[in-house]
Amino acid sequence: MGTLAALCTIVAVSVLGIILSYIAMRGISSISFRFLVDTPRPVGEGGGIGNAIVGSAVLLGLACAAGIPTGIATGVYLSEIGRNWFGNIVRFLIDTLTGIPSIVTGVFVYAVIVLRMKHFSAFAGGVALALIMIPIVARTTEEMIKLVPHSLREGALALGAPQWRVTLGVVLPAAASGIATGVMLSIARVSGETAPLLFTAFGSRFFPNGLNEPIASLTVQIYNYAISPYDEWHAQAWAATLVLMTLILTINVSVRFLTRKKF
Amino acid sequence: MSMTPTAGMKPKFEIKSRAAPSSHAAKISVKDLNFYYGRNQALESISVELPEKMVTAFIGPSGCGKTTFLRTLNRMNDVVPGTRVEGDVLIDGENIYAAGADVVDLRRKVGMVFQKSNPFPKSIFENVAYGLRINRLTSSRGELEARVEEALTDAALWTEVKDRLKSSALGLSGGQQQRLCIARALAVRPEVILMDEPASALDPIATSKIEELIFVLKQHYTIAIVTHNMQQAARVSDLTAFFLLGKLVEVNTTEKMFTAPDEKLTEDYITGRFG
Repeated sequence: MGTLAALCTIVAVSVLGIILSYIAMRGISSISFRFLVDTPRPVGEGGGIGNAIVGSAVLLGLACAAGIPTGIATGVYLSEIGRNWFGNIVRFLIDTLTGIPSIVTGVFVYAVIVLRMKHFSAFAGGVALALIMIPIVARTTEEMIKLVPHSLREGALALGAPQWRVTLGVVLPAAASGIATGVMLSIARVSGETAPLLFTAFGSRFFPNGLNEPIASLTVQIYNYAISPYDEWHAQAWAATLVLMTLILTINVSVRFLTRKKF
Repeated sequence: MSMTPTAGMKPKFEIKSRAAPSSHAAKISVKDLNFYYGRNQALESISVELPEKMVTAFIGPSGCGKTTFLRTLNRMNDVVPGTRVEGDVLIDGENIYAAGADVVDLRRKVGMVFQKSNPFPKSIFENVAYGLRINRLTSSRGELEARVEEALTDAALWTEVKDRLKSSALGLSGGQQQRLCIARALAVRPEVILMDEPASALDPIATSKIEELIFVLKQHYTIAIVTHNMQQAARVSDLTAFFLLGKLVEVNTTEKMFTAPDEKLTEDYITGRFG
């Protein structure tokens, strides 16, 4: 039994290792400073992914700005207040939302925002990513807050703290590292999303000028280059993949570091 | 829990004197208090007076309502869904269950220490400072530090933690954590302290420290303590109240209670014939 479990673990971990090292192997050769700061150029002229890195950062920033507060607030509602029929409905809807394929979210945002505004925009892309983040953040927040012992709340209430201060000052900090893990997972999940961005943020060959116009992203750029017939662009897609993986890893490590258990 | 008494244990008693036999003025006076968890009545017409700056111990078997009663005194039961209170609880003559009564004010005035120590996952300093901060009781950093030191000193913890105020409260031992919780309650300068079996999870040495502390604290505070441990009640309290099946059987001076109680039921319980 133990041997079997160990074998499965080795298989699972080595697959991850193979993927990571293969990406590094294929991608590292095309990476240069120029590649990281330049905009895309026609085949044969080099070019880079600077605008895609900035675009991905903007999209992620938008998604976090909208998704994290909404998700955490929903989670707090579910665990602290919504222990009734309405809360149950919300919980069920959120579980359903978690399972919705990301392309459907993209189509939804396309219909609701892009068609109304009559153009693709960074804003629409951010909304699509936020919609994917919210249920993940909400459910982890709820579960993490439920783990905070009731005695802690009572201790704060007994000192004369009103309910909202107990939640903000004692319960949320006690659950912070768990919530951060959920947030991190959701960021990692959406930073790898391509489908919802295809017809919301669309993509662009230039550095972004504002949130009201199409914007490039690493994932869409990788997709476009990977399906192109040119070897040079394939190499650039590998390099962009390596950059994307590194960025996600950096986010993970830094969030973990910032929210590590201090007490 | 149903409040139907089992046969043979049916409390056929009338309380003769409910007034606290003491010269101290009543700090808390409870009149005809009924308490319900949903449909179950957990407390039945409790009337008692807790004298100022004295220790009143609540004893009785598990499920007799002594903790529930303690928690009605600072309205901690408000946070339990489905509960209902009838009757009056007067603190300094004011009914804490009156329509306009301020729960936040009440809980600042009536501090509480729980059975299981529940320090916040913050530093030792921040734990004690919490009540001061939320109630905005200090105006400067220096004043805050002074009040924290005072509270920790009063809780007999200062010398043990003064060099590690910034470290986590969760790193303290069980007994230290409980004294920290007492310090946290003392920091807001309450008038009454409720203690719900504060030493039940502690070893004998830590227990005796808490008991010594209660002895000192009663010079300044009115204290109500729930305990399972009758020796403890006998050691620390001035008055003892005996609860059984949601009713208050007898309240008397501790000395009288443990030597010549008025009620047969009290005697049976104290001598270990049931419980």
